[in-house]
Amino acid sequence: MPMKISDAPFFDRVEKGLNDQFMRNAVLSAQDRLRGRKLLAAEELGNWEDWRALGEEIRSHTLANLDYYLQQLSENVAKLGGHVFFAETAEEASGYVKRVVQEKNAKKIVKSKSMVTEEINLNAVLEEIGCDVVETDLGEYILQIDDHDPPSHIVAPALHKNKEQIRDTFREKKGYTKTEKPEELTMFARELLRKEFLSADLGITGCNFAVAESGSIALVTNEGNARLVTTIPKTQITVMGMERIVPTWEDLDIMVSLLCRSAVGQKLTSYITGLTGPRDEGAVDGPEEFHLVIVDNKRSEALGTAFQSALHCIRCAACINVCPVYSHVGGHSYGSIYPGPIGAVLSPILGGYEDYKELPYASSLCAACTEACPVKIPLHELLIEHRRQIVEEEGLAPKSEKLAMKTFKLGVSSPSLYKMGTKAAPLMLKPFTDNQIIEKGPGPLKDWTESRNFPAPKKERFRDWFDRRTKGEGDNAKRDNS
Amino acid sequence: MKVSLFVTCLSDIFYPEAGKHTVELLEKLGCEVDFPEQQTCCGQPAFNSGYHKEAKAAAKHLIEAFENADYVVTPSGSCAGMVHEYKKLLRDEPDWREKAERLIAKTYELTQFIVNVLKVEDVHAVLPAKATYHTSCHMTRLLKVGDAPFRLLNNVKGLELKPLPHNYDCCGFGGTFAVKMTPISEEMVDAKVKHIEETGAEVLIGADCGCLMNIGGRLTRKGSPIRVKHIAEVLNSGVKKHADENL
Ligand code: SF4
Repeated sequence: MPMKISDAPFFDRVEKGLNDQFMRNAVLSAQDRLRGRKLLAAEELGNWEDWRALGEEIRSHTLANLDYYLQQLSENVAKLGGHVFFAETAEEASGYVKRVVQEKNAKKIVKSKSMVTEEINLNAVLEEIGCDVVETDLGEYILQIDDHDPPSHIVAPALHKNKEQIRDTFREKKGYTKTEKPEELTMFARELLRKEFLSADLGITGCNFAVAESGSIALVTNEGNARLVTTIPKTQITVMGMERIVPTWEDLDIMVSLLCRSAVGQKLTSYITGLTGPRDEGAVDGPEEFHLVIVDNKRSEALGTAFQSALHCIRCAACINVCPVYSHVGGHSYGSIYPGPIGAVLSPILGGYEDYKELPYASSLCAACTEACPVKIPLHELLIEHRRQIVEEEGLAPKSEKLAMKTFKLGVSSPSLYKMGTKAAPLMLKPFTDNQIIEKGPGPLKDWTESRNFPAPKKERFRDWFDRRTKGEGDNAKRDNS
Repeated sequence: MKVSLFVTCLSDIFYPEAGKHTVELLEKLGCEVDFPEQQTCCGQPAFNSGYHKEAKAAAKHLIEAFENADYVVTPSGSCAGMVHEYKKLLRDEPDWREKAERLIAKTYELTQFIVNVLKVEDVHAVLPAKATYHTSCHMTRLLKVGDAPFRLLNNVKGLELKPLPHNYDCCGFGGTFAVKMTPISEEMVDAKVKHIEETGAEVLIGADCGCLMNIGGRLTRKGSPIRVKHIAEVLNSGVKKHADENL
């Protein structure tokens, strides 16, 4: 699955999302649950705002010194006998993994959940050369066997499905015969996956954080599948976005606390795996060979720009879980493996405006995302910055809008023009007005009045009333209550 | 205390009542209210749409209009929030940035001003009604005015305030969002209306004309009996009557 998950136009995708009541209910109840649990977990911690400030500090310090920490990380990995590859593009990254796989003559590959491997379209590249690639995160596994349905959420990729749908998929694709009880479904998947783990030649993981001071990588999972992926296969490849790095284990501790609480409202998720290099001589498990692929794929272009803080993201999905736009349109509407507010910020950075120019507008700028983000990324401000670049630098705004804004500028900077315009408004809108209400508006009001009434501009503006009142004309208790 | 009213363009043109109630309310609380005539719009529509040159023009104009004010009070959390953005908007022009900071320091949303500056929590209003309150996003999240409206509303005699489920969710206004992303905005306002209806309230109170225009527009289109009131109107309700009763 590459980053772009649909070629359909944005509004077609949105319409599909809005019409999928089934998905919307599933998303809404998941959001409610996750949001509630997160608030509780944050409250339990007591000083959530201090934690957020600390999280932000660690992330911005790391990003400001990214070169230093990347070098420290790669030196430490190399010292331990691991191989490090810096990939500038998605193709370079998946190409490197492909070469290692071919060299090892690996056929069966087990993976633990990783957004960046989706971003670089890794599964398809490996399947092309005849590999059997198995996702071992339950959610990803469900999507994979359901004809590669794309993920719709960055922590819970199958959030858009409910247990009945999952039961049907298992029945259809894997001969499942039991009920939609989560325990039974999980047990079934576990049986299947266990065989895959035991017979895998190579394991691929993502990376929640790499610890620069020791050359380790840390994985956070709920199912413990990352542990199995990194234990049995002889070769392990970890793919990470270049920004997924923390300086020390102490920093890791803080970031993992923030991640788990923000993502699922847990103090810790069930499994946090720290891995340092290939297995030591004489050790009973762990890979004999370890590769770390560090992916840039346009990330470095955001460094030093207004968008740098988007790279602070720890992929916890707290912003997604509070986003009212997401809850109505669902993850697939964003057309990117990164949905929700962070997707609307990140997708245009990584994938360009051509494919994602609508996403920055798919937000009412309510700032719920900014408030939720554990590392204080000003998400709604970054959405505005995207809009600014689209308008002022890329020149991609519609002509009618440009014209409207020109008029706006004239009107707001000249009180006399403002007064003239606003005085004329009730007259101009009179033909559309009935009983102080506009039910079918002209021009830009048309969209508004499709489902909402629009108020008619009042004959007497506030300023006229105030003027009259100051001059002692008329009666200030009696108001035009229309 | 001398207070300069920033009435906002939306209130000036569409909801003059909100402005009138604000004036009367502030006067009752002992303020001397003036209205600098030069004012137009805070620039938010342009700013949020990415037209920052245009937004800057609006910002500079507003800064000048209120240069001599002691306090600037506005019956809109969102527009007060926009004024707070001026610092960033004008960051590359040190002179203007400094002026912006002066304006920010003296700009308040109405309820914030009453509670934090005037230190009044009971304005002796009377409104016998069952109501619910819409916490607008910009007011709570950008301006961080959390409980000021509630402190005031809790002291309104006769007012029965029902908690609004999912109050943290945006009503779907978002300025140009409402016309650019109409299908999504519609679903959001519908969800909001549903939650408002669930409370059994007869009146929806809010502190932002934008949100009220959106929610109110949907309510009247649906033929709902729920009325929409700006918080200034609620706080300015029945005061005379109340005073008479006490005579
Ligand atoms: S932007 Fe913030 S809230 Fe959203 S996923 Fe990233 S870290 Fe979490």
